[in-house]
Amino acid sequence: MISSHFLNTVQLGIKSLLLHKLRSGLTMLGIIFGVCSVIAMLAIGEGASYEAQERIKRLGSENIIVNSIKPPEDNEQSSSGRSFSVEYGITHQDVSRIQDTIPGVERVVPMRIIRENIRFDQSQETGQVIGTLPSYSLVQNVDLVAGRFLTQTDERFQRNVCVITEDLVRKIFPYQDPLQSAVRVKDSYYDIVGVVDETGTSKQRPQMGDSQGEAVDNNIYIPLSTARSRFGEMLIKRSSGSMSAERVELHRLIVRMANPKAVISGEQQIQHLLNHFHEKKDFELIVPLQLLREAEATKRMFNVVLGSIAAISLLVGGIGIMNIMLATVTERTREIGVRRALGAKRQDIIVQFLIETIVLSIGGGLIGVLLGILVPVFVSYFTEMKTIITAWSVFLAFGISGITGIIFGIYPASQAAKLDPIDALRQE
Amino acid sequence: MSNSASATETAEVIRIRNVEKIFQVGEVQVRALRGIDLTIKKGEFVAIMGPSGSGKSTLLNILGCLDRPTTGEYFLGGEDVAQMDDDTLSAVRGKRLGFIFQSYNLIAQLTVLENIQVPLIYQQEDLEEHKDRCEELGKLVGLSERLDHRPNQLSGGQQQRVAIARSLVNEPLMILADEPTGNLDSQTEIEVLEIINDLNKEDRTIVLVTHDDIVSYHAHRVIHMKDGLIDREVINPNPGTKP
Repeated sequence: MISSHFLNTVQLGIKSLLLHKLRSGLTMLGIIFGVCSVIAMLAIGEGASYEAQERIKRLGSENIIVNSIKPPEDNEQSSSGRSFSVEYGITHQDVSRIQDTIPGVERVVPMRIIRENIRFDQSQETGQVIGTLPSYSLVQNVDLVAGRFLTQTDERFQRNVCVITEDLVRKIFPYQDPLQSAVRVKDSYYDIVGVVDETGTSKQRPQMGDSQGEAVDNNIYIPLSTARSRFGEMLIKRSSGSMSAERVELHRLIVRMANPKAVISGEQQIQHLLNHFHEKKDFELIVPLQLLREAEATKRMFNVVLGSIAAISLLVGGIGIMNIMLATVTERTREIGVRRALGAKRQDIIVQFLIETIVLSIGGGLIGVLLGILVPVFVSYFTEMKTIITAWSVFLAFGISGITGIIFGIYPASQAAKLDPIDALRQE
Repeated sequence: MSNSASATETAEVIRIRNVEKIFQVGEVQVRALRGIDLTIKKGEFVAIMGPSGSGKSTLLNILGCLDRPTTGEYFLGGEDVAQMDDDTLSAVRGKRLGFIFQSYNLIAQLTVLENIQVPLIYQQEDLEEHKDRCEELGKLVGLSERLDHRPNQLSGGQQQRVAIARSLVNEPLMILADEPTGNLDSQTEIEVLEIINDLNKEDRTIVLVTHDDIVSYHAHRVIHMKDGLIDREVINPNPGTKP
């Protein structure tokens, strides 16, 4: 009986709102846009930070990455136009130093990264030849699609074999079975022994230390020993009339620590160690774990900013509702008087008006949720930006809209209930 | 208690003793009622008349439990309602009184049937349970064809008939009508007064405020007020004609 009474009151509230459809619709707009923008913005933000975090996670939260970089003073010399050679970067000696002296190091995987044309028959693509050890697959996610990764035997016998990315396979020989083929780099042929899928890791793919900011999608992995014997340690680059040669032993190290705790102390010790042996600043350290933490902090800040915007927009929506409800109370003074005369208690009047505001705000909230889900879907569809609609953002926005209705409904409702029935009846 | 009380007091619907009402208007005290004694018995049809400022509206508000007397006693159906709090008075209005207003005062967003049901809502009654009876009341006032119409689709006379049906839905002790025909043309006035007369013939107690002599001729008893006091009472032995 009580619940049917409540249903009646809700029904009555909806009827009263439907009496002024345009007004009710306009009143709801504030809440609709508030809720919609909260959900949409959080979805876009969540998507962006998810992508960033995934990228970092794939680098390995237990890894420390050491890149060789060209020291800045060398750039000035190169403008003189003379041919010369520079020597910089991480050395094989550094590898054993790190392995032997830094506590908590599990393994160190060295990499040489050389930019070259990779050919098959008539087709060719610019790509990266990456010389590394079989243990590479232990420190990075290697998603084997076919065949196998490099082995110790490949390394020991300096075999001319390679593991190729699926992307590159598609580009240079879409029709043949890659495992039956070989690619040519410079004057040597490399038999393909495995295919890896790197689309998921596209953003973390090894980049050359001195690449011109150009993303390289085409990688082949060859044994480190093979790389050394085929390419030597001198890399020659030609650019607008001048020629430069670089001597870089290793372009990158991936240092795997035993556990995430060792990462932070390990970073400082490696930094210290390398500083001691390198006169020039020709290396940089990247700590994915640290990046992850920074990304998380950024995300938290982003959420706070979004939260404030959400709060303000819902506040504005709430004030809009209160404004209209106050006007409604004035307009319906007589109705309130009649209801009071016919037996309504003050609390009945409060409930009636409160329900009307709650219906307004919840109705607006529902439409807002719907739009808020549609907007990210459209954004993802048209811009390829990743968006993630989290359940909590929907509940939060919807919940806040409901609470807004209650908070901003209480004042008009109590104004309505305060009216003296005699005065209310007398009002024209 | 209610059983024994109703046995002795059914005859007396209203008993008012020495009721005063004083309004504070700024610095000035206005004595709207200056000691009223009034008894109304079950089945009576009483008209209250008087010039504006005579206190008849104030008396009606007190009779209708919309206002409390400053001093004095008011028993409604044997129950002391003089100093009840707001919520209790609301309940008394909802259970025991039926109101008919000059300007009908139907609720615009509701249909005829729903308007008739409004007092039941506040008695926490199940509307489905009473639906047949509400339709019956609609028929009684000649609107069974228009139960799903909105007030703005009805003429003034029809609206007032809805209001009469509404005043009956809670089986009230007494119907209070405040200038019920004030907004109606003479033809509709006669129709509405006939309905009120019929109700009175069914032994319903009616208190009607008017300043129209012709309307007052329908009552058994006409109470003339002046300066916050009952000036004189006129008994009409043949209601419906000039005494």
